Amino acid sequence: MSTVAVEVVYRGIFQKSLARNIVRNIVFAARKDGKIGTAFGRYGDSPERNGIPAKQFAVVADDPEELDEILAQYEPTEVDVTINVDDTMCKGVESWAWYGLQPINQLTKTDGTLIVTSRQDADSLIRDMHQKDSPFGLSIVKSTVSFSGLWVYKDDHTDVRILGNLCSICPQLVSLDSMLETIREQMGSETKVASAQKAYDIAVVRSVEPGEGNPETPYTFELPGWKSMEEGVVIRAIEPGGGFRGGDSGYQPVRSEVFKKYSTRSMRPVINFETCIKCTLCWLQCPDTCFDVTPDGLYDANMESCCGCGVCEAVCPVPDCVTMVGEPDFEDNNSQWEMWQKDKEGYNQWMMALVDKQKAETRSHGFHHVGGYADEIATTEEAS
Amino acid sequence: MTTVETQLFQTETEDLISGSEAIAIACALADVDVITAYPIRPYDTVMQYVSKLKADGVFDCDFIVAESEHSQFEIVKHASAVGARTFSGSSGVGWFYAFEAITVTAGLRMPVVAMVGNRALDDPGAFGTEHNDALAVRDLGWMLYWVATAQEALDTALLAWRVAEDPNVLLPMAISCDGSFLTHSQAIVKVPASEQVRKYLPPYDRGKLQLHPDNPITVAPQVNEDWLMEIRRQSDEAMKRSVGVIQEAYQEFKEEFGRGDPSPFIEQYMAEDADIILVGMGTLALPVKVAIRRLREQGTKVGFVRVKFFRPFATEELRQALGHSKAVCVIDRDYSYGSPSFGGVLFHEMKSALYSLETRPLMLNFIAGLGGREVRVRDVNQIVEFGQQAMATGKIEQETTWIGVRE
Repeated sequence: MSTVAVEVVYRGIFQKSLARNIVRNIVFAARKDGKIGTAFGRYGDSPERNGIPAKQFAVVADDPEELDEILAQYEPTEVDVTINVDDTMCKGVESWAWYGLQPINQLTKTDGTLIVTSRQDADSLIRDMHQKDSPFGLSIVKSTVSFSGLWVYKDDHTDVRILGNLCSICPQLVSLDSMLETIREQMGSETKVASAQKAYDIAVVRSVEPGEGNPETPYTFELPGWKSMEEGVVIRAIEPGGGFRGGDSGYQPVRSEVFKKYSTRSMRPVINFETCIKCTLCWLQCPDTCFDVTPDGLYDANMESCCGCGVCEAVCPVPDCVTMVGEPDFEDNNSQWEMWQKDKEGYNQWMMALVDKQKAETRSHGFHHVGGYADEIATTEEAS
Repeated sequence: MTTVETQLFQTETEDLISGSEAIAIACALADVDVITAYPIRPYDTVMQYVSKLKADGVFDCDFIVAESEHSQFEIVKHASAVGARTFSGSSGVGWFYAFEAITVTAGLRMPVVAMVGNRALDDPGAFGTEHNDALAVRDLGWMLYWVATAQEALDTALLAWRVAEDPNVLLPMAISCDGSFLTHSQAIVKVPASEQVRKYLPPYDRGKLQLHPDNPITVAPQVNEDWLMEIRRQSDEAMKRSVGVIQEAYQEFKEEFGRGDPSPFIEQYMAEDADIILVGMGTLALPVKVAIRRLREQGTKVGFVRVKFFRPFATEELRQALGHSKAVCVIDRDYSYGSPSFGGVLFHEMKSALYSLETRPLMLNFIAGLGGREVRVRDVNQIVEFGQQAMATGKIEQETTWIGVRE
């Protein structure tokens, strides 16, 4: 019995075609090796929603009966390789239907491999990932996050570079020759074949040992049985009338305590509390009611609730008061207002540095698409 | 109507496609004239693939994205009346929103073919598969089929136009595809050449019933009690005739394309000598077959019968397939609140079909896999254990059991 399973963790809409290309080419290449395979998206996901973490799987088996065993399941219980095409998801993912935080390496087998496309180094990525009690390998495909999505396909060779890397780190899946031949047939490009070959040649794996990584227990909650569940499809929210972060003053808006979905976020707002004019717009317009009102009447975005949509930045009338900043610069969900209270000068310097850094970057998603598809749009406009 | 030659499909090929893509490709192969769409998951994957095939110039059709499911089904009904080959589809509550149009489609004998991507009915909003959406047309004059693989989805769609448009039938047909397991999973599928399909599937000819200026007719006037029973009786007869038409069309399909089961209505899996037979529909077949293979290795005489056509219901074939067994365990991916056994829809149909057997097997019902919850191999084993217990004691402790529900 030998089945080999691969999962691709990607962001809905923005990376849907990328994920699909990866899993399909695995199955086609396996076919050339005389094996049989299937490719499918995890159905509970909602990949038609911007930025939401979602998964696609490719499973390769020696014969149809072996494959049946996999097809009979909703999703594989473990995978030989996890491919993460957006490094911000190393912090863990909640899919549309996964109510709880799933570590990025949760399904990765003992001694399996996690491939991440990133410009961060291994140590920074490992700091983000939850600890696992068995060792696994980490292989980085050096790349900015690829937005090879449903509507606009940014053809930046990320798919073939991952496939080349994959043939090196998981030779039992498919042979390099079959993969290169598949890329040639499916994509009709010799430069893509060369990209895959190069990624194969330079692939390296760094071992991640038990105990390395984020020691936190990922957020989870108990699913109720039918006898204990409230009738009428009702889920209790936070009781109204609470103060800021459980205190006596300020105000905590009602929101669900259990449906968080903050892993959808690849950017988060940072607030300049000094320039805030307390106009309430961010608080009013936030679709996830994520702004806690502080005892001094300021607005603090609660990072357990924020999905990074960027509406707050868009509605804020004060320049640079709310700025969306790339998620790799953060390692926790702590309150920015509390940080500011403890050390105003330190906070302001840190916040300003992030804002300046962001201005030099093009990374964006959600409410904004700044620069993300500039080249493609220009090409389309030229053509028309 | 449209006569654009397809550029693809010159020869039989293999492709890696989902059940939804398979249905879309069947639309191209059958050169469907009018396709209407309105997005709802999981059916929307079909409209994505249809629009892609059209945009790529693979085939031409009037592809109309309506403003709601109700209009979607009204449009194909009317198109069918003027002689267009039609396709539409929906899922869950979207299918229900179209219900007024869906009932008249059958009432007017319009051979619309629809794909129902099975989805749980709201509330709560859930994508996962449940069969209650498609089952709602069971009493209306729609033929109703559950497929288990992407290949079967493609093949059944071709069969559907052939049977529905047969002058002896002229009834619509719904092809039910389990959301996720079928609509979103890709498998290697044999795609036939369009020439083969043309040979198998003659053009739709509505003959004297076609709404056309050269053929002045009134369709669907207001009639009351003095007309209605005769109209209903005609539809009843058409559904009866469909049985023979399906048999013949399926036989020809097997000859032309070289694949298929012995029967178009049911699939039997290790059932011939089985003491306990599981019965179910759709992709449930996968975990059930895996479990049966393992149980057989241990010497347990257990088998499976998959109901493919739910309408027309294969009463006689099911009697023959199940009559020898000692216990029948019907697995419903649906429910019928307040029904005679407080059980599922398929269970009551099965009981009714087997009632007139001289020696009847013990019959148990299992509600499983609702909302797309995985039916695991160990769930199937548990169901078989219930069957074994009933067989050992000769009686049924509890008729309906929910499997895999959190207490």
